[in-house]
Amino acid sequence: MYVAVKGGERAILNSHKLIAETRRGDGQVPELSVRQIGEQLGLAVDRVMTEGSVYDRELAALAIKQAQGDLVEAIFLLRAYRTTLPRFAVSEPIDTATMLVQRRVSAAYKDIPGGQVLGPTYDYTHRLLDFALAAEEGVGLPEAPEAEAPLDEGMPHVADILDHEGLIEEERPDSEGAEVFDLTREPMSFPAGRDQRLQNLARGDEGFVLALGYSTQRGYGGNHPFAGEIRMGEVSVEIVPEELGFAIDIGDVVVSECQMINQFEGSKEKPPQFTRGYGLSFGHNERKVMAMALVDRALRAREMGETAMYPAQDEEFVLYHADNVEAAGFVSHLKLPHYVDFQAELNLIRKLRQEHQDRLEKEAAE
Amino acid sequence: MNAQAKAAPDPQPTRARWMSTLARATSTELEAAWEKIEEHPRYALLRQPETGLVMVRGLAGGTGSPFNLGEMTVTRCAVRLADGTVGHCYAAGRDKRKAELAAVFDALMQGAEAGRVEETVITPLARRQAAERERVSRKAAATKVDFFTMVRGDNPG
Repeated sequence: MYVAVKGGERAILNSHKLIAETRRGDGQVPELSVRQIGEQLGLAVDRVMTEGSVYDRELAALAIKQAQGDLVEAIFLLRAYRTTLPRFAVSEPIDTATMLVQRRVSAAYKDIPGGQVLGPTYDYTHRLLDFALAAEEGVGLPEAPEAEAPLDEGMPHVADILDHEGLIEEERPDSEGAEVFDLTREPMSFPAGRDQRLQNLARGDEGFVLALGYSTQRGYGGNHPFAGEIRMGEVSVEIVPEELGFAIDIGDVVVSECQMINQFEGSKEKPPQFTRGYGLSFGHNERKVMAMALVDRALRAREMGETAMYPAQDEEFVLYHADNVEAAGFVSHLKLPHYVDFQAELNLIRKLRQEHQDRLEKEAAE
Repeated sequence: MNAQAKAAPDPQPTRARWMSTLARATSTELEAAWEKIEEHPRYALLRQPETGLVMVRGLAGGTGSPFNLGEMTVTRCAVRLADGTVGHCYAAGRDKRKAELAAVFDALMQGAEAGRVEETVITPLARRQAAERERVSRKAAATKVDFFTMVRGDNPG
């Protein structure tokens, strides 16, 4: 129970002033601009857009500045801002096969049509602190080389190669025109469909999803995954506005996608074949989409006829705890005044201690 | 190069094409194009420039059933020229001026001025956008792995 407590107004006001000063830091140091954050802390922006569930680089960068770099707080800010905007439309599903690819690798096949494209990645860096970045004069304007020809248009998905041989489960729409679950409009419900699970995981906390994905690899889940394909790049977004009645392309979003290929022993109905786990996010979020793909596959235990024995396979456990705005809210609420509650607990403890003492004395007397 | 990667079935492919080009333009570009017009056409705002959201859908496994990935900001505007032609814009982001100018150009593209607007506005924008996509793709292509097989005992030196 919380009670309204008066008297903190001035303290709160001054606390706001203090956080503003703290956020600004040393006045001798130039202030960060939102554009600088957008351009130079791009991966933080990508995470905030994905978990904040709004693709808008400027808003996400502003949220990061306002939250002083606390990404979970920034995600909360973006989610709150989102509720002030009307929804105009729902897009046609994005087609990742037509992506303007910036990165695309497969750990399952070496020679894939379109090739292995490393793109901008830290994977092959030495992870040594680069003091050149700390130099007063900065790094200048590094420029990457351009190949003579662009990449092939429309790179096929690696999973489709296996698909042709029937070695991997088909991924086809369940039924045309079926309602798609929307967590922003309906409460969680169980058993959850894959649409609900994927939306939850896409918005879910990267750390939580990563740890769950990791747990499936370490034996808490029966996956034996291969990174079939990871790709990142721009895809166009199309909507069909009612007043126009035809599809128009409203611009591009950068997305990351991961297709995990997993073993499946087969069942009475199905022959042994590979199964899929899928990860998709806004921006460049490779760790997130890989982890998401692992957890997506683990959560498909029921439909695969597997016994759900581990946390990552337990959809109620996963879906109820993946959202960091909800999680942070519930943990943080412990900071709210619980003065009355606590008084009651104090009285109870005192009473129990008295009873305990009385009993000891009585026993000693006997 | 693939300025138009997708050939979606569309009853008004031409209009969809220029609307997509306008949606991808910057407001600076559209403002510059607007400034170049000698006699600015009169138009009324049918719908004030307004920012809202579009829920972006993905497909499970890239080809399966749809799910909601997350929303994106979008700004829309509708204008009517003096002759009654209506122009629309829906563009990613929160740039209201851009949405308004794009809607005006969409209206102009449906009228007698279409040829001139295509030549002076749409084509240069489309060319710039295609060049930008090509540049991105060439930089990615420069990071493509060229595998070679190492033959045992064939190491130089």
